[in-house]
Amino acid sequence: MNKTSFLHLWVCRILLAGLGLLFSLPFFWMISTSLKPLRETMKMPPVWLPIPPQWQNYPEAMAAMGPFWLYAANSLSLAVLNVLGTVLSSAVVAYGFSRLEWRGRDGLFFVLLMTMMIPFPVVMVPLYGLFRELGWIGTMKPLWAPAFFAGAFNVFLLRQFFLGLPRDLTDAARIDGCSEFRIFWQIILPLARPALLTVALFQFMATWNDFLGPLIFLAREEQYTLALGLQALQSTISGTPWHHLMAASTLVVLPAILLFFFTQKTFLRGIATTGLK
Amino acid sequence: MEPGAGSVIRPAHRSTLQGLLFVAPWIAGFLVFNLYPFCASVWFSLCDYSVLSQPVYLGSKNFQDLLHDPVFWQALKNTLLFAAVSIPLGTAVSIGLAILLNQPAGAQGLFRTLFFLPCLVPAISLAILWQWMLNGQMGLVNMALRPWFDGLNSLFDCSLRPPDWLNDPSWALWGLILTGLWGTGQAMVIYLAGLQEIPEELYEAASLDGTSAWQRFLHVTLPMLSPVIFFNVLMGLIGALQTFAVPYILTGGGDGPGRSLLFLATYIYQNAFDFWNMGYASALALVLFLMITVLTLAAVRFGEKKVHYQGR
Repeated sequence: MNKTSFLHLWVCRILLAGLGLLFSLPFFWMISTSLKPLRETMKMPPVWLPIPPQWQNYPEAMAAMGPFWLYAANSLSLAVLNVLGTVLSSAVVAYGFSRLEWRGRDGLFFVLLMTMMIPFPVVMVPLYGLFRELGWIGTMKPLWAPAFFAGAFNVFLLRQFFLGLPRDLTDAARIDGCSEFRIFWQIILPLARPALLTVALFQFMATWNDFLGPLIFLAREEQYTLALGLQALQSTISGTPWHHLMAASTLVVLPAILLFFFTQKTFLRGIATTGLK
Repeated sequence: MEPGAGSVIRPAHRSTLQGLLFVAPWIAGFLVFNLYPFCASVWFSLCDYSVLSQPVYLGSKNFQDLLHDPVFWQALKNTLLFAAVSIPLGTAVSIGLAILLNQPAGAQGLFRTLFFLPCLVPAISLAILWQWMLNGQMGLVNMALRPWFDGLNSLFDCSLRPPDWLNDPSWALWGLILTGLWGTGQAMVIYLAGLQEIPEELYEAASLDGTSAWQRFLHVTLPMLSPVIFFNVLMGLIGALQTFAVPYILTGGGDGPGRSLLFLATYIYQNAFDFWNMGYASALALVLFLMITVLTLAAVRFGEKKVHYQGR
């Protein structure tokens, strides 16, 4: 692109800088507010850099939420269980939909694609009834057990990846009389590590972000996730201590952002391929 | 079974059995978590049902009530308006950002991360943060707007004030749309990848023909990007129609002033878990499903005509 003019490049750079500032401002404001004393949050003109920063807002906000670490442990264990369940089950199912040929396969796969059009709010009422019959309301099971039955979107993603692996990889093993499950487990799975990691990351984020599921199915405070604990803090307090709310919000965002920074490449590549395939 | 198969399982059968075995987890999940709830929804929508007692058949009463329920119509209107505004706006912004990022201006990785990060923020934090950003008095948005309004007021001798976003029934939905625009990064990443797949020769050929940048955008970029736009719009549509968490939290667990942030999913939730009116909630859920199906099919129809697939 040697023909790109000097002016063009600098207009782009200025636009990028301006928009970058605009997009990062809410983050900056969240952190800045979280480090202010309460009266400074309402000061006009605004205080941009609170000096000295009120680090104690963080422990105070955690204390105001109640058992913060318990909520964090709940969120984390739900995320881990969901990741484990969905990666294992979606991989097995995606294998069946891609590397095996059998009658009815494509018809069933079409049904799977169609289920992506049924959003959670459509089925949540009967699901609530079902989990109530099972005695699962007030336990965390409704929030992780379904993950072990493969998610349509994840199956779709993994199937795309499996289809791209060369046939000869498995033909030799098949001729040697290797069982289909062993081929899946010992040949395909290790090769699919990047795709599996992508699915794991997406699922972790989805579970960490989930609000409606916990809102409906959890009944007791000791099972709350961070999202529910934070919502309880938001709706019970009066006078809106914005410094505490921002501190707590920052703590909930942080794990997602940290995870992103450690896995940036896989993450972005994963998102890009979902749209291009 | 065909004659002569006997006890010997023939290869063709074995492979069907094997295939089914592999996809069995999904089949079980589909039956229990998709098909059953869907059928149950249809049945409950024809019943008076509160979970605590057995459903009682009512016929089409729930649907007749729905037609005469102004709150339902408001939820429907809000949902459709939100989708109709936020999807085109989000598409324009994310394509714009992607094109900007695709210029050789340097630091692409840094800015891509900056634009992408907001979409990682969980709904709960996103909503609380924007509740604060959109606060009428101390919010950052209005602090930035106020000097402009003051300038206008002194110029034209009037007394305009920036809106009290979430407390004003005519502005709350726009506050939500603004919140959504901040989190547009996922689509942007997909567009950026799509742009990078467009062969450079196409632009070079177009340049030789003496086309302007705008013409190249219209006649090269847009058609080449159309499959990606189609995918993103479809995903955006399905997502927008089931909007729940952010407006629910923005309004402190409610539906906003004058129900301006009441969405179909919110109304389903309220009927099911605030009023325990599961029959009516199921009727609403079916309407939501029908809307998603019809609009998705319409989008696919439209896409078949307009989307340009390479090599077809």
